[in-house]
Amino acid sequence: MQTDRLIAALAADANTTPRRIGPMLALALLAALPVSVALFMSILGMRPDMRTAMHNPFFDLKFMVTLALAFAAIVVSLHLARPETSFDRWGWLLVLPVVIIAVGIAAEMTMPHQRPWLSRLIGNNAMACMASIPLFALPFLAAALLALRRGAPANPTLAGMTAGLLAAGLGATLYASHCADDSPLFVMVWYSLATAFVAAVGAIAGRRVLRY
Amino acid sequence: MRGRDEEWTGLMRAANAGDAAAYRRLLEAVAPVLRAATYRGLARAGQPVDQSEDIVQEILLAVHLKRQTWDATAPFAPWLFAIARNKLIDALRRRGRRVFVNIDDFAETMAAPAAGDTLSPGEVAAHLDGLPARQRDVLKSVAVESASIKETATRLAMTEGAVRVALHRGLASLASKLREP
Repeated sequence: MQTDRLIAALAADANTTPRRIGPMLALALLAALPVSVALFMSILGMRPDMRTAMHNPFFDLKFMVTLALAFAAIVVSLHLARPETSFDRWGWLLVLPVVIIAVGIAAEMTMPHQRPWLSRLIGNNAMACMASIPLFALPFLAAALLALRRGAPANPTLAGMTAGLLAAGLGATLYASHCADDSPLFVMVWYSLATAFVAAVGAIAGRRVLRY
Repeated sequence: MRGRDEEWTGLMRAANAGDAAAYRRLLEAVAPVLRAATYRGLARAGQPVDQSEDIVQEILLAVHLKRQTWDATAPFAPWLFAIARNKLIDALRRRGRRVFVNIDDFAETMAAPAAGDTLSPGEVAAHLDGLPARQRDVLKSVAVESASIKETATRLAMTEGAVRVALHRGLASLASKLREP
């Protein structure tokens, strides 16, 4: 095929401007939300002492961490979907949830506790946490990858990993409203492990499906 | 170079606003630049430079299908060259693998007449036949026989809307076929 003919064909297709990725990602995540919420409500549900828990700042801190992760990863994902951007320039945003959790741990350490720190770290729900976060993250991850397929990432593996981080952040937000372990130490260890798992799944999937 | 970049950016903005003629001018303006860059890239990698047109076409397809990722407030050239670089690296990687596989067929390749290479219709055209019938017919009509959307619609007894859809899908499937290792 002659290149000028191909150009003519491309110009003939000029009116079908593809939709932008930002709105598509927002729509995809909104569509995944009821699926994850339904999974969450049918398997776990919110914790019974929700009202009293809300007065505990460390309960609220969990949401700050998970939502900070989700939002930072959404922003980074949208940047990485463009061919000329690099992770070096935007990746630092992902440090935000780490900073919040570090501040939380420091704050908790200064307070008197009935339970020693190791027991707070191990908690009572480690296994449930590790299984639940990836489960609730999965619909978000699938939706995010589907939307990001419209992108042109320079590095599909990194783009997929970031999609995994955003999915883990959203999945963990749901899980956090069930889990009775509020210590930032628990969050640091078990939420991070679950998040790393989802990020790895995202990286492996992204490597395949986000290539353009 | 700056004047060129500004012209490209302006054309792409016009294209996004629905100006198909500007879009065509832009693609025609970038193609020779991409050709030269691809040629250089292939030569540097020690690959046969006669493949550069295939890669140029692959880049143009990617530019077309991914143009929503261009930020209209940013200059166009860096975005374009990022895609071009990606596609060239991809193509080299793929061809590297293919060259390796072809070592077994070396004798056969040598026996073929040398003229066969220059007459090859190119990789994009080679994938045309693998497309679903309707997409293939529309693409052949528009891209090979240079028919307009309207002429193609009459010729294939389709509505213009259906021709547009088949054209767009055909271009997208071509791009995904080219991506396969």
